[in-house]
Amino acid sequence: MRVPLSWLREYADLPEHVTATEVAARLTALGLKLESVTAHGVEVKGRLVVGRVRSFDIETHSNGKTIRWCEVDVGREHAAEGGGPRGIVCGAANFAVGDLVVVALPGAVLARGMSIGARETYGHVSDGMVCSARELDLGDDASGVIVLPDTTAEPGADAIPLLHLLDEVIELEITPDRSYALSLRGVAREAATGFGVAFHDPAGIPVTPGDGASYPVRVEDEHDCPVFVTRTVTGFDPQAPTPRWLARRVQLAGMRPISLAVDITNYVMLEFGQPIHGYDRAKLTGAISVRRALSGEELRTLDGADRRLDPEDLVIADESGVIGLAGVMGGEATEISATTTDVVIEAAHFAGVPIARTARRLRLASEASRRFERGVDPLLVRAAAQRVADLLVEHGGGRTQPGETVCGSVPAWPPIVLPVDLPTRVCGVGIDADAVASSLRQVGCEVVPQQGQLTVTRPSWRPDLVDPYDLVEEVLRVVGYDQVPSVLPTAPAGRGLTQGQLLRRRIGAVLAGAGFAEVIAYPFVGPADWDRLGLAADDERRRCVLLANPLSEQRPELTTSLAPLLLEVLARNIGRGHSAVALSLTAPVFLPDEGPLCPAPILPVDQAPDSAQLAALDAAVPRQPHRLAVILSGDRELAGWWGEARPVLWADAVAAVRLVAAALGVAIDVERDALMPWHPGRCGSIRLADSLIGHAGELHPRVCRAWDVPARTSYAEVDLDLLIAAAPHRPELPALSAMPVAKEDVALVVDTEVPAAQVEEALRAGAGDLLESLRLFDVYTGEPVPAGKKSLAFSLRFRAPDRTLTEREIAAARDTAVAAAAAATGAVQRT
Amino acid sequence: MAGPDYDPVEVTPLRADEVARMRTEALVAIAATETVDALKQARLDHAGDRSPLALANREIGALPPQARKQAGRRVGQARRDVAAAIEQRGPLLEERAETSMLVDERVDVSLPYDRDPRGSRHPLTTLQERIADVFVAMGWEVAEGPDVEAEWLNFDALNLGPDHPARTMQDTFWLAPEDAHLVLRTHTSPVQARSLLTRDLPVYVICPGRVFRTDEPDATHSPVFHQVEGLAVDRGLTMAHLKGTLDHFAAAIFGAGITTRFRPSYFPFTEPSAEVDLRCFVCRGISPDVQTCRTCKGEAWIEWGGCGVMNPRVLVACGVDPDVYTGFAFGMGVDRTLMFRNGVADMRDMMEGDVRFSSAFGVDV
Repeated sequence: MRVPLSWLREYADLPEHVTATEVAARLTALGLKLESVTAHGVEVKGRLVVGRVRSFDIETHSNGKTIRWCEVDVGREHAAEGGGPRGIVCGAANFAVGDLVVVALPGAVLARGMSIGARETYGHVSDGMVCSARELDLGDDASGVIVLPDTTAEPGADAIPLLHLLDEVIELEITPDRSYALSLRGVAREAATGFGVAFHDPAGIPVTPGDGASYPVRVEDEHDCPVFVTRTVTGFDPQAPTPRWLARRVQLAGMRPISLAVDITNYVMLEFGQPIHGYDRAKLTGAISVRRALSGEELRTLDGADRRLDPEDLVIADESGVIGLAGVMGGEATEISATTTDVVIEAAHFAGVPIARTARRLRLASEASRRFERGVDPLLVRAAAQRVADLLVEHGGGRTQPGETVCGSVPAWPPIVLPVDLPTRVCGVGIDADAVASSLRQVGCEVVPQQGQLTVTRPSWRPDLVDPYDLVEEVLRVVGYDQVPSVLPTAPAGRGLTQGQLLRRRIGAVLAGAGFAEVIAYPFVGPADWDRLGLAADDERRRCVLLANPLSEQRPELTTSLAPLLLEVLARNIGRGHSAVALSLTAPVFLPDEGPLCPAPILPVDQAPDSAQLAALDAAVPRQPHRLAVILSGDRELAGWWGEARPVLWADAVAAVRLVAAALGVAIDVERDALMPWHPGRCGSIRLADSLIGHAGELHPRVCRAWDVPARTSYAEVDLDLLIAAAPHRPELPALSAMPVAKEDVALVVDTEVPAAQVEEALRAGAGDLLESLRLFDVYTGEPVPAGKKSLAFSLRFRAPDRTLTEREIAAARDTAVAAAAAATGAVQRT
Repeated sequence: MAGPDYDPVEVTPLRADEVARMRTEALVAIAATETVDALKQARLDHAGDRSPLALANREIGALPPQARKQAGRRVGQARRDVAAAIEQRGPLLEERAETSMLVDERVDVSLPYDRDPRGSRHPLTTLQERIADVFVAMGWEVAEGPDVEAEWLNFDALNLGPDHPARTMQDTFWLAPEDAHLVLRTHTSPVQARSLLTRDLPVYVICPGRVFRTDEPDATHSPVFHQVEGLAVDRGLTMAHLKGTLDHFAAAIFGAGITTRFRPSYFPFTEPSAEVDLRCFVCRGISPDVQTCRTCKGEAWIEWGGCGVMNPRVLVACGVDPDVYTGFAFGMGVDRTLMFRNGVADMRDMMEGDVRFSSAFGVDV
């Protein structure tokens, strides 16, 4: 809401000296938040005076432009050197000899820094400039110069006050509950409260319709249109100009001046907050009715758009059909035009919900709909219609026809019972009964105290005041939010972070320590992303939750994998010149069940849902497990004075998963697998006991190319929730023996295809309890190992808890281990 | 004529002057050694089995019995002197060798060692953790909820009915089909509702998390951003407790003495509602610094978030008796907080995953 300070001052007796900034600060403290204060007209500097065009010659120049070489009388004080009128070149043609115009004298600076000098142009020295509205920032009109009404002033008079050029505008952000502040009336009331000064209600004008009815109206839905008023003005001059002050106010309030009749309806809407619509009576056919649209009906609205209507839309119709969208926008067919002489004024009250729905459905938010959606004072309709009629007659001539049609009435609203101590109990500030009552009266409530409670009737302009707590806010607003003291509450002893929260932090720290940069990413993906990952058409990861209104049509899905997200971030980093990149991402994925989404219930709000209803809510929300993913590319270890670089390997991705698992104390297994987007020979599935929790390895070369990331990029993704759930709460410590250790190395030859993990597992099982640890320290192929075979060298450490092991015991343990490996994998010990 | 019954030539090595010469020769050689290896050689040469003194010692048996004792003593003393000299020389040379080795092994310790790339945590994560810790230290717990949320929990339960104007203010991502009544949560507030529905009273929870609005990314907007929301429901809680909590929060994150200010505002789930401003932690609102302060732009206060007393309608929808319990809630943008706290100029820098951004923060904010 934009509020010109000069206008505000008409309704609130603000102290003379206060600035717009000070007013805005008080309003902000009351909940009308300052967006900006703008001083208008201050950029215009130097002399701007009234001039009378004495004569002009029309000259057409070689460049095809026609100009007027004018003699303009600017009074004695500002006369040209040697006295007399000034010679001024003017490109406009919308004035006549004898007209009053606005002249910027040499030395003046106009809007947008345009400076005026006496300069030679079109063969003349132009001794000043005749100004258009645009040059003075008085509007967009640059088609002609400003022509002042003949009686405005004498030549030479200062034009700045005549043009209402100087003003300050306070722009306020109005929260949806304070619809009354979408008017000068509402803002002035708050400003008066803020400064403790008198408020003059602009709507407090006498309504004098005279006897009889005005234009006939029939309302079919009294709930959504409780009151509808018409008044009629006839004999209006459609060519009459809008008074400069009125147009200036409308303009400063953020609306475009159009024509007198339209400007007046806008002016009164800004002043009262009551949207008004004017019809050309000559274009109406029969009585006006308020009804729902019929299916298939259409309307061309004032903005020239053809709107297909919905049976939910509340419309204004006459016998010809729909002529307006109630409370949203009028129709073009009955619009006031340059030939309109008889005007039917509509001032009606509409319920917020249907207006909001229509505005939303048609994406047609107007000044009117914005106000009706939030709530308009329903008692203003008659005064608003009167005010419009008065202004039309005052500035456009004609006369107000006697009679007024008032269809319906505003139902009374129930009072609110407020316990006197509620504000104190809620706010933690001592506010006594008198202060509560006077604060509420200050905002316009009627207050009747009785036995420890107040019966409060809200003012008509505050439909937002419904509950006792709403009144508490009003009381605190008047008392001052700055009165609330600062008291730290004492929460009961808490349980600290959950295991999951602690472990996620631990994982973050461990991965950062291992060189991974944590990133965040948007979850939006699309079919092309899955194509680039090489997923088959029936891959279940393509089954995504879809957005109804995605930002990009290419990415309407919520992701089922972190791979497209991390690949995109990696590609961006590569594109920005980073070569050794290791990234980690922790985020949920979205996994719908098969078939359409099961709708989530909309439950009542007057009681808590029962456990079945809660379960239904939870069941409708798709599964969103957290995943952990890492991606690596380029060098894992950089080259330097210490030696060569070590490029990223498939194993780095697996190692990251092993690192995280180890940090959680979780045992995982890695098995050969083949799954896109991984390299089919370098993909491991990560298993936790019997469940599959993810995959790790090198990405498929095709995938690397498709995402424009380096070959050999490696990637791992695991289900973080399952990993965390598997973490032991109490890790068990092995007994630490101080007895001597016995080390045995064995080299086993197996088929190349036999996984090392399987050999290791068999060795471990065969070695028995004396085995303390086992480590694979070499993998060898080539002579003398036969082709198709590989040699795996393990070092085994044996130790007993209570004694030094004998040579025989050690050899026996080693031999049973080797035998177990032989039995399980066909391993042959190399000697 | 009776003469000595042994060959005088064969005993020349045992002559006193000869023993003395061998001893001196040995001691001179030992003293001349400069390395442990040279000493080892000198030991072989002068104290080894083939050394002159050792050979001389073997000759003692050839002497007449009366001469053996004297010669034995003479040779023995010489050998002991030589051995002692070696003993003495050894540690000296070892120390000297180590000293020179330590000099030789000198390196340029200013050489960089950046073989392993350095990792980092995302500052939005660490800031959320840091905020959570402030509240956990007061006994609060950290509550979480899903990104895709039931419409009822995101809106209706929070007093945002189907036609509530605030619903249109929040540009919501709806899941398809729209009649599934599922949304990407537009705020962390549904976690409040979930907490009240599932936890025992009293409830003191802090809910950090990411939220979604249909904003195209630019310097100050992102379709995904982060909030931290607090909720306390207990007997006797007032707006003063809300103020106390936020003042403590502000001081913990921005420094001692940084307080908050309330301005009336509107949120459907709170009544009374307030906007929270933070006293500028750079200029502290003190003249003349405030006039040129870039953090608060001369305002002395920074807009920080929204808050208020729990609307009883929300308590009712979540099964809490508003006649017995009151509560308060507050919410702040984590991204915004990071931006003004750490001088991040462009929101996209936080979201795009450029490693330079996280790296600049390391592992903490």
